[in-house]
Amino acid sequence: MIKVTVVDREGHSHELDAPTDMGMNMMELCKSAELPVEGTCGGMAMCASCHMYLRSDHALPKKSDDEEDMLDEAFHVTDESRLGCQIHLADDLDGLVVELAPVG
Amino acid sequence: MIQTDILIIGAGPCGLFTVFEAGLLKLRCHLIDALPQPGGQCAEIYPKKPIYDIPAYPSILAGDLVDQLMEQAEPFKPGFTLGERAETIVKDEEDQFIVTTNRGTVHCAPIIAIAGGLGCFEPRKPPIANLPDFEDKGVEYIIKDPEFYRGKRVVISGGGDSALDWTIFLADGVASEVTLVHRRDGFRGHLDSVQKVMDLAEQGKVRLLTNAEVVGTEGDGKLETLTVKHKSEGEMTLDTDHWVPLFGLSPKLGPISDWNLNISKNAIEVDTFDYSTNVPGIYAIGDINTYPGKLKLILCGFHEATLMVQSAFKRIYPDKNLVLKYTTVNGVAGF
Repeated sequence: MIKVTVVDREGHSHELDAPTDMGMNMMELCKSAELPVEGTCGGMAMCASCHMYLRSDHALPKKSDDEEDMLDEAFHVTDESRLGCQIHLADDLDGLVVELAPVG
Repeated sequence: MIQTDILIIGAGPCGLFTVFEAGLLKLRCHLIDALPQPGGQCAEIYPKKPIYDIPAYPSILAGDLVDQLMEQAEPFKPGFTLGERAETIVKDEEDQFIVTTNRGTVHCAPIIAIAGGLGCFEPRKPPIANLPDFEDKGVEYIIKDPEFYRGKRVVISGGGDSALDWTIFLADGVASEVTLVHRRDGFRGHLDSVQKVMDLAEQGKVRLLTNAEVVGTEGDGKLETLTVKHKSEGEMTLDTDHWVPLFGLSPKLGPISDWNLNISKNAIEVDTFDYSTNVPGIYAIGDINTYPGKLKLILCGFHEATLMVQSAFKRIYPDKNLVLKYTTVNGVAGF
């Protein structure tokens, strides 16, 4: 179990306990905590409804072509942009901070 | 006017299987879908992805699942209104529902089955506050007729195949000036389209602005100028006649949210006895409904469709008794 922080679109921080032994990703974690993340495509990197920004200095794996391609269809994209469904919860992500990107 | 027994809103897997189950009860179906082809998300978003939890299929491509469902429904001759969005619903004097699409096609049925999945797919619109002011006044989200752009200055945004293909097409003597704006250097389209655009840019036939995005629209009554923000070089303005932002499609619940149905978190509340909504005669099945314990799975949608048509039959024929007949005994007798 690790701790991650999700900053919602109103600027409120939510500290969540995240299991690392269930093959979960950040999109699913946000959904299970009832945070406003759609996850429309179910985690295939085929929509961009779990767009979030990395706000801590964790070294995430490089974006795949699929993830980069999908971010082309999102708005408010920055260098910190990631798709939550492509962030797989693992022990080295303890203390991770992400912020949900605006919807639109 | 199109008359049927069950009018299905949404031609995804759940809507298609409804045709089969309804057909076994001798009920006819007609489907409306905003997309130009049947299959919903399976056909539009991930036709080449394997699905592993369809009973008896260890693995099946989403596109193949749609093909199989179409084949299974075929004996019951479903009707289709494709590329149109169900817009309004009213009751006529005979207690039938009249559903009209955005293109004015009128449908009439005693039963409505909403199998709308995530809603209708609509173009993703860039978050620019005054953008609606220029829609159809220089801003178009879909290119319907390229001739419309003959001799005009056109800016296209996006990095996928449609952005690349239209850039290539319009630069070939159609538009007077073509600019492609994209947020990064890489493109996700087919390699040969990417190369073609690069070649056209080199020949001066396309102006390519990468690491840039359109952040503002200005004009007096119609689009005249775009503000483009470059990642490192700041903002610049671009005079143009048209801007075509091509950022793909995303699902929206759309007009259904105004049909007086009880909605919770973008989904329609139903009774799990028969997947009926709060409006008698309107049912909701598949990903678009919600109830305690709901799982958004295709196989659950199939189950919901099967129970729903039983209830629909009893509404249409209150005096007839329904006996479950197995297809193994009776086969499938089509229309």
